[in-house]
Amino acid sequence: MKKFTKLTSAVVPLNIENIDTDQIIPARFLKATTREGFGENLFRDWRYDGDNTPKPEFVLNNPTYSGQVLVAGKNFGCGSSREHAAWAIQDAGFDAVISSFFADIFKGNALNNGLLPIQVSDVFLAQIFKAVDSNPKSALEVDLENQTVTILETGAQESFEINPYKKSCLINGYDDIDFILNQKQLIEEFEQAK
Amino acid sequence: MSKTLVEKIWDAHVVKSEEGFPDILYIDTHLIHEVTSPQAFDGLRKRGLPVFRPKQTVATADHNVPTLNQLLPIKEELSRYQVDMLTKNCAEFGIELYGLGHPFQGIVHVIGPELGITLPGKTMVCGDSHTSTHGAFGAIAFGIGTSQVEQVFATQCLLQSKPKTMKIEVNGELEKGVGAKDIILYIIAQISAAGGTGYFIEYAGSAIESLSMEARMTICNMSIEMGARGGLIAPDQTTFDYIKGREFAPAGEEWDKALAYWKTLYSDADAKFDSVLTFNAADIAPMITYGTNPGMGMGIQEHIPATTGQPETEKVSYKKALDYMGFDDDSSLIGKPVDYVFIGSCTNSRIEDLREVANFVKDKRKADNVTVWIVPGSKQVEQQAKNEGLDKIFEAAGFQLREPGCSACLGMNEDKIPAGKYCVSTSNRNFEGRQGQNARTLLASPLTAAAAAVTGKITDVREMLEKVEG
Repeated sequence: MKKFTKLTSAVVPLNIENIDTDQIIPARFLKATTREGFGENLFRDWRYDGDNTPKPEFVLNNPTYSGQVLVAGKNFGCGSSREHAAWAIQDAGFDAVISSFFADIFKGNALNNGLLPIQVSDVFLAQIFKAVDSNPKSALEVDLENQTVTILETGAQESFEINPYKKSCLINGYDDIDFILNQKQLIEEFEQAK
Repeated sequence: MSKTLVEKIWDAHVVKSEEGFPDILYIDTHLIHEVTSPQAFDGLRKRGLPVFRPKQTVATADHNVPTLNQLLPIKEELSRYQVDMLTKNCAEFGIELYGLGHPFQGIVHVIGPELGITLPGKTMVCGDSHTSTHGAFGAIAFGIGTSQVEQVFATQCLLQSKPKTMKIEVNGELEKGVGAKDIILYIIAQISAAGGTGYFIEYAGSAIESLSMEARMTICNMSIEMGARGGLIAPDQTTFDYIKGREFAPAGEEWDKALAYWKTLYSDADAKFDSVLTFNAADIAPMITYGTNPGMGMGIQEHIPATTGQPETEKVSYKKALDYMGFDDDSSLIGKPVDYVFIGSCTNSRIEDLREVANFVKDKRKADNVTVWIVPGSKQVEQQAKNEGLDKIFEAAGFQLREPGCSACLGMNEDKIPAGKYCVSTSNRNFEGRQGQNARTLLASPLTAAAAAVTGKITDVREMLEKVEG
């Protein structure tokens, strides 16, 4: 799995709430049998018209905004469990997603792929949107070791929570399967005792 | 120490619990389908691992299959490839597959219960968020991502933090014309599409206890639509009667042993929940959604809430949703013309749903402006409907009875609602584009959907039921 430690980047702001995984990657693009290539259809129906013309008003089509951090409204990633949503975001070049609230399954999927979901307060989220609004190049620093996110321009900083086990997985680049496989004997003992 | 039902089942499946780490949770049954499994099989190959317990894994093809002429090769190349891949992977890794043409094929959350695979006290997972459906039997069942599918393949376990618990009680009697789908749409509208996030929900109360197993599945199915990890209902005589005699259900001595265990599966009287909500069944009307998440629902006679009443931070998203739907705030939906009616999906495609619709439309005909698709949840449901002559009723009404699959619930196959069209759907999600690009979905019960099919517009089914009786 991809490692994550520290990141300084401008952000792509998507100030919409309840963004579900059908918006992130519509079902008709789930027919692939590999993990790669989903980025080109990220937010497909918000990015393109029915005839595949890019919609200039959508943020991903606006060259003013770029960066490895996607910032979105609360309850990000609700709906379908499709891990393709996390793959698509990562494939489009993002390494972290910030929101004031994440849906459970999306959060787990992101963590299992080295895409860092950062939950901040509503107030801090509003500060990020405000900073980007006044300066689109406004950058954030994400420090996983210290669990902080900082708006560099204003110096405003907030801590975020992450399960300590998941944190060490991200920093070291190992995944749950590596962790469980090393304890297979326990599983077999559990089965016998059942 | 007293425990909730979730805690009892969870604790019985913990292989290892260590401070600072998620629990290693043993998974009894793993259900898989063609869309979220191929990358997991690939992962096993890359690691050089077998499926650890293939006999505890069951596969079917449902998300991506056509609902007409299923025995012909699948026309669409990518879909065909994905379904073929499932067949190949199952053969290579020794997994039982109920694929197209098999009498047990169907939507993964419909076939588990009907085959007696879903049982009280089990832990069950599937790479699909509606796995919560199986909680209706008193099982811990939840949806997972593909990396976790690979984890379960490799180890029959998952790393999981113990969820918080919520109890939702619904007491009293439902009005005529109001059913399980209305209960769950009502609850979601009350607590919002994120109101259950982080929780495992136990549904209880007299209104829940009086429901059939299929109705209970409808309730548990939509737990994810309020963000919950899963939902369950304590097993009782209704549960035991449903399971007995099914294909893979325990029998003989095994049944007696299982039953004795199942009877211990309830939340202790003084067990503590992290949250408790109580609703009154009599307050629930037939529900309909007006927006683009399942929390945007209302009683069918109500007006769409005014934008001015929404929290400041939510106004933009709220307006965007109504614009997408083409609805004005503070307006009623009664009488709005509809173009499609879809009766199907893991929420409402079981035999009781089909019976209820057939009973309602008998001697009636669909309105000319509406296309009606009925997609049964499984081959067994389809066969049962034919055995009972429901197919004839549907045909006479101008409803098309198709073959089983997820179909227009998510429009992965060719069953898509065209752009701009309105579809009253018994499925579970009204997200933008869910049923087809720019399609507009209104979620409702099978009865409300059937009423819309007959009148060609949004209708309060209670008024039609009164007419029938009057």
